[in-house]
This record gives sequence, C-alpha cells and structure tokens, in this order.
Amino acid sequence: MIEIRFHGRGGQGAVTSAELLALAAISEGKYAQAFPSFGPERRGAPVVAFCRVDDHPIRLRTNIYSPDLVVVLDPSLLRLINVAAGLKENGVLITNTKFTSEEIKERLGIKQTLATINANKIALEELGLPITNTTMLGSLLNARQVVHPDSLIGPLEKRFGRIADKNIRAFRRAFAETVILN
Amino acid sequence: MARSEEDLKWKDLETGCVVSDAGNASQYRTGDWRSLLPVWDKTKCIRCGVCFLFCPDAAIRKTSEGYFEADLYYCKGCGICVQECVTGCITMVEEEE
Amino acid sequence: MNKKVGIEVSLAAADAIKMANVDLIAAYPITPQTHIVEHLSELVANGELDAEFIPVESEHSALSVCIGSSAAGARTFTCTSSQGLALMNEIVFIAASLRLPIVMILANRSLSGPLSIWNDHTDVMSIRDSGWIQVFTENGQEVFDHVFFAFRVAENPKVSLPVIVNLDGFILTHVIEPIQYWDQEAVDKYLPDFKPVNTLNPDAPVTMGAFAMPGIYTEAKKAQDEALIKSKPEIIKAWKEMGKIIGRNYSPVETNQIKGAETVFLTMGSMGETVSIAVDKLRAQGQKVGQVKIRLWRPFPVEEFRKAVRNVKNIIVIDRALSFGGQGGPVAGEIRSVLYDEENRPLITNFICGLAGRDVTTDNFIDMYEMSLKMAGDKSKEEDYVMYGVRE
Repeated sequence: MIEIRFHGRGGQGAVTSAELLALAAISEGKYAQAFPSFGPERRGAPVVAFCRVDDHPIRLRTNIYSPDLVVVLDPSLLRLINVAAGLKENGVLITNTKFTSEEIKERLGIKQTLATINANKIALEELGLPITNTTMLGSLLNARQVVHPDSLIGPLEKRFGRIADKNIRAFRRAFAETVILN
Repeated sequence: MARSEEDLKWKDLETGCVVSDAGNASQYRTGDWRSLLPVWDKTKCIRCGVCFLFCPDAAIRKTSEGYFEADLYYCKGCGICVQECVTGCITMVEEEE
Repeated sequence: MNKKVGIEVSLAAADAIKMANVDLIAAYPITPQTHIVEHLSELVANGELDAEFIPVESEHSALSVCIGSSAAGARTFTCTSSQGLALMNEIVFIAASLRLPIVMILANRSLSGPLSIWNDHTDVMSIRDSGWIQVFTENGQEVFDHVFFAFRVAENPKVSLPVIVNLDGFILTHVIEPIQYWDQEAVDKYLPDFKPVNTLNPDAPVTMGAFAMPGIYTEAKKAQDEALIKSKPEIIKAWKEMGKIIGRNYSPVETNQIKGAETVFLTMGSMGETVSIAVDKLRAQGQKVGQVKIRLWRPFPVEEFRKAVRNVKNIIVIDRALSFGGQGGPVAGEIRSVLYDEENRPLITNFICGLAGRDVTTDNFIDMYEMSLKMAGDKSKEEDYVMYGVRE
C-alpha cells in the first residue's frame, strides 16, 4: 500500500489532487481511498488531504501518519508546518519551490529523497493562475509511479472540462521537469 | 359497532394502529356525559338556527316544523346553545335521577 | 457485474436512491450529510430522477413531510445527521409507531455541545429506542448495497417499518473509493414496487395516528415491539436474496478470525475495518484474538450474538457514545444485558473512543487489547469503562 499526504491551503486543490489520484488508480483496477482532513472548509488555512493506493481492498480508515509520499502544493507552508512529519525513511517529499533541491534539503534537514518543481511558474504559464494541484500531480508521478501518468488524463478531463487541456499540459510539464535529489 | 378497547388484544390491532372503519367515533355515546338537558320554548323560538350553528358537537338537529332539538345520543349538555340563543328560548333542565 | 467506479460515497448513496426509484425526498442539509442531499436535488432538477424533492425549512418538517408522503403510498426517503436528527426526534418515534416504511440515511455525527461536526454514534443512540430498524455499514459499497436493502425490508408488508442506514460521517461520507454499481435490472428485480399496507385514500378512508387511552396503549406498544422483533427473519431473507444477486453476503452479526479466539473486539460501523488490521497484527504475534461486528443494531440479534461469542472469554466493546452517569457506552450496556443469563458468560471491557472524529489507529486498538487483558475480571478496578485516550 502506498500512502500519500498532500499539504495545501484551503482552496488550492489539495483535496482535488488526492481525489484525482485515487480516481486514476481505481480506473486501473487498483483499490484507492481519497479523503480530506475532515472539517469546515477555510480558504487559505493550511489543510491536508490523504490518498491510499493498493492492489488489495483497503481496510484502514484512519488518517495517514507515516506517509510514503508527501506533496506540498504551497511553498509558503514549508516554514509553517513540519511537512516531513512521519515520512518513511524510503519516502519522498515532493514540493513546489523556486529554490534548488539542495537548498530545500538543507533547510528542511531531511534525509529522504526530495523532488522539487517550480509549480507556481508552470501553473502561471499554463493556467494563468498559481493553482498547483494538477501540476504537483505530474511531479508526484515523476517521483514515484503510483499510477501510469496516462491514467490521470481521464479524471483530469472529467473534472476540468474545457480547461482540461491546460491542466494536462501543466501536469505533463511538471512530470518532465521535476528534479530528484536522493 | 366498534369493539370496546378492553376487548382488544394486541394481536387485534391493525398495522400502525390504523382505524380502518373511519368515522367510528360516531358510535361514541357522548350523551351519557349530560347532567343538564337543553329544552326549547317554541313560543319564543324564531327558528333562526344560531343554536344549530354554534353546537360544538353538531348535536342539534332541525325538526320537520323548522324548530330545533338536541340529539340526545350526542348532546353533552354543555349549554353553549343557551348562551348563544338570540331570544333566550332555551333553558337547561336537570336530567332525571 | 459492473466494473468498480471511483466515487465519493455520498454521491454513490444518492445514485442508489435514484436507482431505487424513490418518489419523494424531503430533507434539510446538514454536515456531513450535505453531499447526499445536494446530489439528489441535482438529479431531480436535471430530470434524471422523477421524484418530488421538498426542500423543507427544518428536519422536523422533513420527517413530517415523509410521514404524509409514505402514508399516501409514495416511496419516501430522508437523510440527516446529529442536530438534524435531534430536531426530528418526536417525529422519529411517530413514524415507527405508524409503521411507515420511510428510509433514512443517517450520517453519524456527535451531538452538541460542545459544537462539533465530526463523527461518532451519539446521534443514533439518542433514538435507539424509537422502533426503527437500524443497520450499520463499514464502507461505501455497503452503504450502496444497503439503500436497496433498506427499501426492500421497510416496504415488505410483513415488516412495514422505517429503516435507518447508519454510515460514519466524513469517514465514509467524504471518502472517494471504488464502488461497484448494480445494474438497474438487478435493482428492479430485488426491489419490487411499493405496495403499502395502509394508505390515505379518499375512496377507502382510514384514520392514522389516532390517540390511545391507557386501556389500549400497552397493546399498541406490544404490537409495535412484536413487529420489530418479527422483522428479523425478513431482514435476513433480504440479505440472502441480495447475496444471490451481487455475491456479497451480509448478516446481523458478522465475525472475523473468530475461530480459536479468546478475546474479541466488538464494533459497529467503519471502525470494524481498522480493527480487522489490528486483529491481523495481533494474530501474527500469536494472540488468540478475533472480531465481532454488529450490523443489525435494531432489532438486536440476540441469538446470533450469543452464538457468535459462545466460546469467547473476553469481549472488548468499543463504544462511540457515552451514557452519562450510566455504566459506560450504550453498546456495552446492551451486551452485558444480552449475556447476563449465559452460563459461561465472557468478561467485558468497555472502551469509549473515537468521539467526535478523534482518530483511533490500529496501534490504539492493540493498546486497548493489552489493557483489556489486564482489566478483564479485575474486581478491584474502579471504573466499568475507560474513556480511551482522554488526557488526565
């Protein structure tokens, strides 16, 4: 089972990221769960969302405390929250940042693999908005192939309709441009 | 005639305690509640029907001559007809012992 | 059978209500039930579901409308949570006594105060004794399946009682997971048209909801109690029929790794899944532990439960509500009562946990297991129950 925790701010689409990934996994015949950190929606407040993917039915109904992957949608969260909390030793932290992966790794002081992407830049160029949820999914799949990247196209098209193409471009670019630092 | 509740066992009750013989309240002899009986003085009665309209139990009926009288099966002897009568032609009389 | 689709459980539940071809929905939105009702109102507005959607001004009105609708012979649905159920309260009891086959999905949530929107079982326990059939579900698939089950059982003329399908708020309502939809044909086969026992019909008038004098009220309640108790074989039959169609088998009391188990966890609702992982872990350590789950809460499956725990020495009862000033949680009280007359009755330890959405992990359950081995049968202990994880 792969467990993923998404960090974002209310309104940035962290929950959507988790949902799209689960839908892609289910479309591949896998089992998956996506759920928000339950509570009232508060735009701008730090939020987390969770996703589990497995080849077997998932029976766990708790929050995720030791994720395999952590995805940070908003770089300003890096100094607010211990985003790496509980991250498995062989896990990967995937973050949106304009800094180099070496700088981030030193700043966070983590031993795990780090994947970085300037998602704000990609999102601004492709979508015209700094909404990075679909962009960060590309980066996530570069770091670990939880699902085949093509499996996300269907869920992206269904969710975004006429602006799906822009999101798919952002997703594909992030998949290609992500930098991995072991 | 509806059965008295004392005769009913739980198995006799219909699903949801529905009363399927609708209107069976008319079988209830409320006339037994009466200790005073309304009596009309035809010499004063103008046959206006105010007593008929005001009777809360619809227990006043019209006679073939157009006067009014109490239906003793239902009349509880409340005296509202006396209160409302325009000419004061109704009086409450004690029931016989 | 259809392929599994990824969908939020609330939306799947609403789709199931649509597939059940409901005639009337009266509901008032409340977290965490909202997505179910929103989606139903969309389906009606889009013309995908030919039903009346009555957006009432309160839950009290919602269930009142449902009573009128069901009494007129319409297939009727409502959905609520927590404070909404509390506001419905007087009508909840009336619906059952009128034997009206209304179906309610209850997205379980704590009751205020303090104000809380998160999941536990306080709401349903407040109407435990209302006379509704009450079932619990563990995951989205079970919710979906139980929509059809609920209408089939409720509308069965031998039952004619309202049914509550409990699902844990947020933990189930807000999760996206794979759910296998039924074919519409299968639904239509499983769920015949509603033929009410009594209806409000001007051509054959009846009185519903008449008052009862002390001379008949006891008989009325006895008849109601018998109706609920006698619904059990019909409930079991409905599950068996469903099993034949979809291959998933449900029963009033379900067990996991019960063979050779000396200690069992007892749960209701979605926690059963997490407990099953704790049981796997404990079994791997050689512990003789298993699991019992109550799916049918009312009518309580007394015989099935006694049979399930016949060879068990110790039961860990997980309660997600508290009976203030009583002896722990409502489930534990029930279990003690059911087992009191048994010759070899097991010991019972009662943990109150998962109140208002507090997460309970597999490690927590393993911890409770270890605590329970120490506590069970310890006459010197001061409390009959433990509020697990409370900060002292």
